[in-house]
Amino acid sequence: MRGMFRFLFSRLISTLIVVLGVSTLVFSLIHLVPGDPVEVMLGESAQAADRDALRAALGLDKALHVQYAQYLKGLAHLDLGQSMHSRRPVAELLAERIPATVALSLAALAIALLIALPLGVVAAVRRDTIWDFSASGFALLGVSIPNFWMGPLLILGFSLGLGWFPVSGRDAPGSLVLPALTLGTSMAAILSRMIRSTLLDVLGEDFIRTARAKGLSRFQVVVGHGLRNALLPVITLVGLQLGTLLGGAVITETVFSWPGVGLLTIEAIQGRDYPIVQASVLLISLTYVLVNTMTDLIYAWVDPRVRLGPDS
Amino acid sequence: MKVWLPAGVLLLWALLALFGPWLPLSPDQIDLQRILAAPGDTAWLGADDLGRPVWDRLVIGARTSFLVAVWVVILSAGIGAFLGTLAAYLGGWWDLLTVRVIDIFLAFPGILLAIALAGILGPGVDNVIVALSVVGWVGYARLARAQVLSLKHRDHVQAAVALGAGRGRIVVRHLLPLAAAPLIVEATFGIAGTVISEAGLSFLGLGVQPPAASWGSMIRDGTRYMLVAPHLVLAPGIALMLVVLSVNLLGDRLRDRLDVRAEHG
Repeated sequence: MRGMFRFLFSRLISTLIVVLGVSTLVFSLIHLVPGDPVEVMLGESAQAADRDALRAALGLDKALHVQYAQYLKGLAHLDLGQSMHSRRPVAELLAERIPATVALSLAALAIALLIALPLGVVAAVRRDTIWDFSASGFALLGVSIPNFWMGPLLILGFSLGLGWFPVSGRDAPGSLVLPALTLGTSMAAILSRMIRSTLLDVLGEDFIRTARAKGLSRFQVVVGHGLRNALLPVITLVGLQLGTLLGGAVITETVFSWPGVGLLTIEAIQGRDYPIVQASVLLISLTYVLVNTMTDLIYAWVDPRVRLGPDS
Repeated sequence: MKVWLPAGVLLLWALLALFGPWLPLSPDQIDLQRILAAPGDTAWLGADDLGRPVWDRLVIGARTSFLVAVWVVILSAGIGAFLGTLAAYLGGWWDLLTVRVIDIFLAFPGILLAIALAGILGPGVDNVIVALSVVGWVGYARLARAQVLSLKHRDHVQAAVALGAGRGRIVVRHLLPLAAAPLIVEATFGIAGTVISEAGLSFLGLGVQPPAASWGSMIRDGTRYMLVAPHLVLAPGIALMLVVLSVNLLGDRLRDRLDVRAEHG
């Protein structure tokens, strides 16, 4: 139990450092705007009074360390500032978009697992056969076809061609299918290779030989002993791949005009609405950090070797 | 599959990119007679919504993706390998600091930080290179650090220390040559990743600006005419896929040849 607490403590400390670092980097983004961000946002013809008002609203008229302190204080109160254009609180705008991104990510994750698990298992069990080679061909294609091309191809085939699904948006029934498929297949490509190699490692262990030797069926050995023990590393891999998923969601949402946080980010970049850009980048990154920390903790809770480490 | 096929694709890509400006092309030639023309008689890969020949624009796009990929990989591999080696070799608080910074950069999922940076810095090829390098160095730094950490206690390094070799000499002559193989493999896959990222940023409107061409911006512009002129989306997409697929295939070969164990798969 002491080992668990020590692990928890050190893991939480490093997560805190990362969260603080990510927030600082996001804070500094607006200071990277070439020239005067206020002028970039309002245009050159703006009145001096309007500029000063905006500068004050953004807090850019204060010293850097005061700005930073205010920014952190705002974050602690979930105050993410105001949209430049609609004047609405950024937190509110984000909250409206979160359900769409969560729905898309979960659907994509489900599709990725549905494809990657059977593919990875078959490739490992039937190693170096036509099955394995086909699976690795699929994986190679999957990582070589970017979302922003896969999406239009699916629209061309299934929306414009067959008319099965809507081209874009979220209102029509079935509108989730194509974006989720776009995002899910690219993740499935990477995951299937990882599942294959993890399962191959496990299938080489002594207890698998024992299970075979005592006369268990092939299915029992692979699923009951092999897959069961390969599942934990696979969970970690899924957690790490979530980064690819969330990053890919930004582009996929743009392709399909899917009204999520990613599309909001891109719209904000095009409209030079920097408070929204900062807040959404922060939200997506912190989600990723928290999910990974949780994955780590679950792993450590289930597998004592992680929290105790090789040396204790 | 034979190596010459992907190698040929990449050679063609590089040659078109390097010598494109001297080829008899007219990528900006607006021709109202052949707006959205299908591949065939007037232009062999068809023409876009302004009647500009798709093939000519593909060649110019190849130059964009090639130059961005080369610059980003050189910059990020150079900076990353340097900082990673330094961290592992010096150790102590310097190492701790580097590891923390790496952790912070890795906390931004996928291409998100590059999108935000390119968006803030403003459109343009230079800013794309900066954004992708700022994001890209981390992977090389982590790899170089891990390599040097495992190498620096080897006997031959200890021997060099005992013989009085300076720090610089030890790093350059005794550590980097052994750490190079995995970095080279990483850089190869890095080319594929950069080509996709550059096209992605251009797809979002954050890369090259019109009338210049990138495969990503060509795909984006093409999606508006997908029903009447699918070749506008298909041609740049196929070019992109062929290049990325070839780099990945060669990367796999190189990894086997240099006997670098893949992290996964």
